[in-house]
Amino acid sequence: MEQNAETRRMLPDSEAQPKRKEDRPLKVVPPKKQKSKHRVVRGLIYASLVILAIICFIPFLMMIINATRTNGEVISGFTLIPGNALLDNYATLSEYINIWTGFKNSLIISVSVTVLSGYFSALTAYGFTFYNFKGKNAMFIFMLVMMMVPAQLGLIGFYEISKTLGILDTFIPLIVPAIATPFTVFFIRQYTQATLHISLIEAARIDGASELRIFHTIALPMMMPAIATMSIFTFIGSWNNYLMPLVLLFSPEKYTLPVLMGFLKGSQVAENLGALYLGIAISVVPIMIAFLFLSKYIVSSISAGAVKE
Amino acid sequence: MKKLDRYGYLFIAPFWVVFLTFSIYPVFLTLYYSFTNYTGSPGEEIVGFANYTRLLTDTYFIEAFFNTIKIWGVNFALQMGMALLLALLFSDLRLKLKGLNFFRSFFYLPNLITISSVALLFGILLDWQHGSLNMVLMKIGLISNPIDWLAEPVTAQLSVSLILTWMWFGHSFIIVMAGVSGISTDYFEAAHIDGANRWQMFTKVTLPLLKPILLYIMITSLIGGLQLFDLPMLITDGIGSPDGSLNTMVLYLYNQAFKYNNYGYASAVAYGLFLITLIFSAIVFKGMFRNERATQKKGA
Repeated sequence: MEQNAETRRMLPDSEAQPKRKEDRPLKVVPPKKQKSKHRVVRGLIYASLVILAIICFIPFLMMIINATRTNGEVISGFTLIPGNALLDNYATLSEYINIWTGFKNSLIISVSVTVLSGYFSALTAYGFTFYNFKGKNAMFIFMLVMMMVPAQLGLIGFYEISKTLGILDTFIPLIVPAIATPFTVFFIRQYTQATLHISLIEAARIDGASELRIFHTIALPMMMPAIATMSIFTFIGSWNNYLMPLVLLFSPEKYTLPVLMGFLKGSQVAENLGALYLGIAISVVPIMIAFLFLSKYIVSSISAGAVKE
Repeated sequence: MKKLDRYGYLFIAPFWVVFLTFSIYPVFLTLYYSFTNYTGSPGEEIVGFANYTRLLTDTYFIEAFFNTIKIWGVNFALQMGMALLLALLFSDLRLKLKGLNFFRSFFYLPNLITISSVALLFGILLDWQHGSLNMVLMKIGLISNPIDWLAEPVTAQLSVSLILTWMWFGHSFIIVMAGVSGISTDYFEAAHIDGANRWQMFTKVTLPLLKPILLYIMITSLIGGLQLFDLPMLITDGIGSPDGSLNTMVLYLYNQAFKYNNYGYASAVAYGLFLITLIFSAIVFKGMFRNERATQKKGA
């Protein structure tokens, strides 16, 4: 009780100075000592945070350094000094696989998926937001329910229908399904409801614009922030997807980067650790560089995705 | 206006054509296959519930279930513990830690990397003889003999759990942090005035207010965790070695379907997995809900 009263009295200037540990009577501890103890605690916390950041980063550092060393050097031990076998490793790697083809394939698929998913989800979300047609709510609820179903549930059926349509071993079954991304539709619809008012659309109608034109010139630009947020996840998800391309692609020249990495493991490249590290490094470093520039945006997108639920 | 509403169908038509073809139809086709002995060539026979009765007594599937739960559970506990601790530190009004953006980016970095690259990378880092991890640990003096991490079931599962933690704690941290910064500081100041210490503030203020966010993380992590596949597949031989300890449910599904051509049985595995996911999600929801009612009662 007494302590409560004391804290209460302290409150007005508690914002100006660092807050004290409240379970200790304030008068007894001289402020100076408190401050230095505070500094030690902060120092320790910073130190552990830096160590954690290093742990997050060190496997990549090992990878990059080992990519420049010969097989013998990699086996003999780890150092932080780069070797000079980078070009030899690259030659060894290129003998067995063409990693840039994998890169190109991954890029084609991921970019197409992101564009299709963004555009058609916005289109669908717009349809669900601004028109009152029969069965609208039922369809929306059905879509939400299906959103809960994991992709693996339909995997075998998906493979079979691709076989029937004759699109196995092509990019089509990896790209076209992106037109229907329920979660993105849901997210963009929530955003649109909150930001885009119907009066804006009605005004455009009075001006004589067609429905599709209104969507393209008025709604789409305003939906852009939500589309961009979801696009980051769509792109990363597609870029990292392993199971689908593994099941659907057979020709090595069509492999995406993740499948190629899996393929690398069983190949003869795996006998030369330096070359293997280099292969992994080539698949990883571009993403790391992209992240360097986009990290702030990605972080805020993750937060938005979770909090706006 | 009524006439215009018909345009709604036009706008949602592409979505539904693709959705029905590539999402809904496959789900029902898989359901049909789960009642047949389909092996990839036409002429399958209906076998009733035979695949499902086999599933219930299939020791490999049951083992795969427990493996998946063990690997996910250890990872989730560690990941959430770290995410909460970090969020607590960064939101502490007295500590006033700086560099949130810097640390957050570093912590998130592992999540961005293609999982097959991660599996390959750790596969060689954890290598018994030539792996850098053993070399570093021996250099520091923590171990005297190299440990064959991926040869013993316990260390192999633990390795996968830790790699998953490494990959995902930054992601959870970002979400928890977003939730914590969404809490009005009024609550903390009020608790502070009432003489609450750090632990009380955490358990009585932060945690209850974070419940929706924690539920979100738990459900998404659980659904993702039950589908664990690429890391266990690529880090050892692809069929769950050592001793089947890395055999997860989706890996089992994949091998049954695309390695052994047991499409019928694999379809039943898929539905088994789906049921398990539903049951677990329901338990999580219910558990969260019951806690909420209990605290409300206590408060009243």
